[in-house]
Amino acid sequence: MTELHGLIPAGSAAPDFTLPATPEGHRTGPGRYAGRPVVLAFYPADWSPVCSDQMSLYQAALPEFERYDAALLGVSVDGIWSHRAFAQQRGITFPLLADFEPKGEVSRRYGAYTGQGVSARALVVLDPAGTVAWSQLSPDDVNPGADGILDALERLGADRRVTAR
Amino acid sequence: MTTPLQMTAKLRTPVGGRDHVRGPVDAPVTLVQYGDFQCRFCGAAYPNLVELGRQRADVVRLVYRHFPIANVHPYAESAAEMAEAAARRDRFWEMHDWLYEHQDQLDPVHLSLGVAQLGLPADELAAEVGRQEYGDRVRQDFVSGIRSGVNGTPTLFVDDVRHDGGYDLAELLAVVDAAANA
Repeated sequence: MTELHGLIPAGSAAPDFTLPATPEGHRTGPGRYAGRPVVLAFYPADWSPVCSDQMSLYQAALPEFERYDAALLGVSVDGIWSHRAFAQQRGITFPLLADFEPKGEVSRRYGAYTGQGVSARALVVLDPAGTVAWSQLSPDDVNPGADGILDALERLGADRRVTAR
Repeated sequence: MTTPLQMTAKLRTPVGGRDHVRGPVDAPVTLVQYGDFQCRFCGAAYPNLVELGRQRADVVRLVYRHFPIANVHPYAESAAEMAEAAARRDRFWEMHDWLYEHQDQLDPVHLSLGVAQLGLPADELAAEVGRQEYGDRVRQDFVSGIRSGVNGTPTLFVDDVRHDGGYDLAELLAVVDAAANA
């Protein structure tokens, strides 16, 4: 059962973190993208058995995220070798972070961890200052698509233009 | 803001003059499909959609929009652009049907043969696709899908509301009939 009410809400300061992104030990996290919006896509597992899974979709949608100068980070409890094989097979070029040890710690801090020992399917958009601008929890078996993310990024862009005036 | 769990996705880009449409312009039901020519689920839905169009010829018009997931389906983008090249010659649906009927033949050599089979100038079309003349057109469809909540393929919208069910003929007939009687 997913902890439905635990996901970090809009307006909260996003906990900073770094997690391993490559087998070589390179680590990254939202703080490395300071000044840019960051999209965190928590998902239960690599290798979901459908041909258009959420991470593949986000790869295809990457140019749209980039129009808002946003960085996209996938997060699951899979290890870095699983992430690497998954990324190669699906043609994924954005970082997939391994919330592997201590298992699920970052996901827990965002309220995006389930009782089954995996990350929830949760989306969190951070503004360039590191505050949560929007978050959404989906049932594990529902691919939430990218429209919510793009709407959130668009609102951020509009807010920034208003601020700049 | 935190979005509530389940929202019904809506088609954000209305059907217009740039769309590929088959069926009567004044059909009471419009069905918009976002598809990927290399996706086997789209391939499975294809004969059902054709049959749906046949059995409900006066009721439904079918609209096709591109949603290639190129990182998973390496031939999806070029197939979509080839369909656009055929569309410039008013042959979109013939190309569309050929692509779904030959999903295992989307590599450049077989695709070219298919284009020639339809009586189109294969070299000319291949050159246009090679120059990416249709890349923007395909991308516009993809983006309209992304913004409308398309999360994979195939995705159907029945009169602007996303159809979250299956694609077997019985279900499609039921959905169209319900929309027609709404």
